[in-house]
Amino acid sequence: MEASFKHQLQKIACKVRLGALEAVYSGKSGHPGGSLSVADILTYLYFKELRVDPQNPQWPERDRFVLSKGHTCPALYAALALKGFFPWDELKKFRHPGAMLQGHPDMKHIPGIDMSTGSLGQGFSAACGMALAAKLEQKDYRVYAVCGDGEIQEGQIWEAAMFAGHRKLDNLCLIVDNNGLQIDGRVGEICSPYPIAEKFAAFGFHTIEVDGHDFEALAAAFDEAKQTKGKPAAIIAKTIKGKGVSFMSDNVAWHGAAPNEDQYKTAVADIERVLSGLE
Amino acid sequence: MANKKATRESYGEALALLADENKDVVVLDADLSKSTKTELFQKKAPDRFFDCGIAEGNMIGIAAGLAAAGKIPFASSFAMFAAGRAFEQIRNSVGYPHLNVKICATHAGISVGEDGATHQCCEDIGLMRTIPGMVVISPADDLETREAVKAAAKYEGPVYMRLGRLAVEDVNDPQDYHFEIGKGVVLRDGKDLTIIATGLMVSKALEAAKALEMQGISARVLNIHTIKPLDKNLVFQAAKETRLIITAEEHSVIGGLGEAVCAAVCEECPVPVVRIGVNDEFGSSGPAEKMLDLYGLSAENIFRISKEAYEKRSNFE
Repeated sequence: MEASFKHQLQKIACKVRLGALEAVYSGKSGHPGGSLSVADILTYLYFKELRVDPQNPQWPERDRFVLSKGHTCPALYAALALKGFFPWDELKKFRHPGAMLQGHPDMKHIPGIDMSTGSLGQGFSAACGMALAAKLEQKDYRVYAVCGDGEIQEGQIWEAAMFAGHRKLDNLCLIVDNNGLQIDGRVGEICSPYPIAEKFAAFGFHTIEVDGHDFEALAAAFDEAKQTKGKPAAIIAKTIKGKGVSFMSDNVAWHGAAPNEDQYKTAVADIERVLSGLE
Repeated sequence: MANKKATRESYGEALALLADENKDVVVLDADLSKSTKTELFQKKAPDRFFDCGIAEGNMIGIAAGLAAAGKIPFASSFAMFAAGRAFEQIRNSVGYPHLNVKICATHAGISVGEDGATHQCCEDIGLMRTIPGMVVISPADDLETREAVKAAAKYEGPVYMRLGRLAVEDVNDPQDYHFEIGKGVVLRDGKDLTIIATGLMVSKALEAAKALEMQGISARVLNIHTIKPLDKNLVFQAAKETRLIITAEEHSVIGGLGEAVCAAVCEECPVPVVRIGVNDEFGSSGPAEKMLDLYGLSAENIFRISKEAYEKRSNFE
């Protein structure tokens, strides 16, 4: 990866984080922690990997993206706004009555959302259905889904994994945002999903473990996933919940809480410091 | 009218015909294809049939994804495991995004028979009709099921179709039958009371109406194949003209056709509505017809309750 491109992605990721925070702050509710952990993954997807057209969100040939951990949509909305699917100002109305940007992704009303999600465990199945449809129609679009590491405690994830492995859906790429935290505490202590990669491997996936905040590592992982034939891919991305904001970092208290004004200012300052360092 | 066939059988045959007619139709099952009769489609179009294994929640999600990508998925299991186990997947992955998924659930109601309470789903209509935008269809016979399957494939949006295991008699007249989602069928005119029935209870309602006629009571019989959206005009007309309604369904009296009719009638033209169905209890094992009798889902019981209700009303007037 060229240094200038990596630089560009890092800057976009800062903007995605700023957008996610702005949405949660404006809505006075939402999920900042997981939005910040998944921000780099979403940045890579929308600004490098996905074949999508913001001018034509329903383009039949587009790659599909399903945020199965739908509660971290503030980051997804920010990425979509940056990409040009809708105006940035919509973020300010996140979770407001009558607003387009619902508390969880709504495919019916939000350009660029391919599946309505929010109830954990369900989005990944829909992604498998989309990958199956592509196979049926012999189309070459790919389907990407992001799950949380807490989310994979849901049995439906493994029903879907069994289906995808059995059907050899090699046009499907799952990313597990492994930030290690869920509402009640550390995933390893609540009801451990570990070892994650081994489990997906046992279900017939090609697995790749990667630092989910390292763009070069992400690039290598997504390339490897794309080159994998005959089996779906699972990228287990090690991330930090609350990444980029000092007081939110690896702190479960920020799973689903909005910052107050002072906290918001501190959070923005943290990210803008990184951003200005990149410019 | 001697033809007897289970609606699941008619469903499988109708699906097999759709295989040729519409290449976008795909069929999913959860290890029950021999019972739900989706195997008839599988034989016709094996490349568009997907057995998801015993994983109903995932099956509904797969169907949602296929629909989001432009396919017309029909997903089948038993009513208990489709509407019941996968309720939340149907609500959130199909209902909320209003995806074009057809959930066709067989083995609904007490007439599952010997398998007993765990498999006798008497709650599916209630569960499905609470989902905004969900069409709920419960066909009464072979012809109606075939037409309903065709109509569901043409309709753009989520549909729940309730099918049975037990062979049922033909009730509709093939000469002038026309199926339209949301339009009830007047099978018999009458002026003293109206029996509003759905599914296999329609033939029993007709039988009861004949017995009532012998007693000098003129009973109208409505076949309500679409429980949601309900044909309110037909129900209101019956309420106004016959001033007494009996509902009959192979479902709990809570949440089903009876409650849908009550809700409509009491807001528009209140008349007594007596609900016949499974009375807030679980089923049990036994031959299907015996079970129907045991739980009051018989022509005799419809006759008895209708007669009582009619006499009670006459005493008041």
